[in-house]
Amino acid sequence: MAWEYVVNGINGAIKLVVNGDPELVDIAIRSVKVSGIAAVLAAIIGVPVGVVVGLSRFKGRGLLKSIFNALLGIPTVVMGLILYLFLAPAGPLGFLGLLYTEMGISFGQMLLILPIVISFTVSSIESVEREIRDLALTLGANKIQIMFKIVEESLSGIVLSIIAAFNRAVAELGIALMVGGNIFVRGGGLNTRVLTTSIQMYVARGEIDYALALGTILMAIVFTITAISNYLQKKWVGYD
Amino acid sequence: MIELRNIEKRYGETVALKKVSLRIERGEIFAVIGNSGAGKTTLLRILSMLETDFLGEYLFNGKDARERAEEVRGRITMVFQNPVMFKGSVFDNVAYGLRVRNVDSDEIEKKVEEMLKLFRLERFRDKSARKLSGGEKQRVAMARAFVIDADVYALDEPTANLDPENARIIEKTIKKIKERGKTIVLATHNLFQAKRLADRAAYIESGQIIETGESKELFENPKHPRTQNFIYGFDFF
Repeated sequence: MAWEYVVNGINGAIKLVVNGDPELVDIAIRSVKVSGIAAVLAAIIGVPVGVVVGLSRFKGRGLLKSIFNALLGIPTVVMGLILYLFLAPAGPLGFLGLLYTEMGISFGQMLLILPIVISFTVSSIESVEREIRDLALTLGANKIQIMFKIVEESLSGIVLSIIAAFNRAVAELGIALMVGGNIFVRGGGLNTRVLTTSIQMYVARGEIDYALALGTILMAIVFTITAISNYLQKKWVGYD
Repeated sequence: MIELRNIEKRYGETVALKKVSLRIERGEIFAVIGNSGAGKTTLLRILSMLETDFLGEYLFNGKDARERAEEVRGRITMVFQNPVMFKGSVFDNVAYGLRVRNVDSDEIEKKVEEMLKLFRLERFRDKSARKLSGGEKQRVAMARAFVIDADVYALDEPTANLDPENARIIEKTIKKIKERGKTIVLATHNLFQAKRLADRAAYIESGQIIETGESKELFENPKHPRTQNFIYGFDFF
């Protein structure tokens, strides 16, 4: 009986995916868009911060790194709750009008994944910094050339940090639910329903086929993005 | 050309070099021999100005090296024991030192090709440097250093763990580079190699220079009991 339930769900999911159900497509596109914006914003802020922390030596650097590392594991529901309180109309950031908007989810996810980008970028820089610095220095490079060389050598790690950040954003539920509100009106322009919030909703409703179809799409997005990034790293970032 | 006076280097509580004094003349191959951990690498790092935090005096061409560290780095190039490869092709690796000096591309092409030929690396030109074998990587590292028109080359165990064929290519090239009037400082625990290549040598133990002299003299007739112990301990002759 239990297996029949699952098999029916899988069959239904396959039909929905194969037929390109418009609602599914809309939700999937929104998920990629919202989390993509979050990843781009996190990269714009996080990569330079990570590079500076990775290359510099200053007092409190260890503490700063520990804080970023500790924030890697922050529960998304806690983050969602905090953001909800800040972004609510009566909250300190209520004037931004971000609650229950796509941009609000992107903003929240950006804060969630920023420590991932920073911490991984710092680690990538540190893993090559000493030997690349010495080598470039002895080959006659100046400080700026050395810095660029270290970043170039760390590039695959930095790209990986952005991919990991995107994957974390697209797969999180707490922020999307609390800040986004899972709003969906057919043909509406202010929808905030994304893959994770809809999976949660369809499971609660017992519509397993939809939940499975969305889950499959979510997994496919994560795997595809990772595969594309691996391919691009080999092709463009350089030789292994 | 190079003069070290009472150089002392510490890493925390560990003393890596103690009152090291040395003279290295232009155009000679000077070997620094000693066991692992004796201080050879630290000495080379100081010569190459990769370490600037040390006590004592380091004169390069009669002038304080620390006061013009960047200039000295441009005149001395170090090759590390474990060859680090940049991402990219063998050509890109060898060309790096010329590119950072803004040498024009035709000149880079010419000089790199010459080095690839010298180290028998032509067929690896466009291959990923990181995918080469240990011996090939070491040859790339040497080519990358020698393509730069430096005055001094500091080589840290250049043939350690290499097969005889790769070691032979490297030794042969070191001799050729010397013939061009370059100075080579060679850190090695390979006494046979030091004897084959060096004009003069110094034995270093626990961060102290125990004995310095003409290569033949030092290997065949060491004066200090600790040098004798090191050399004869190898059952050298």
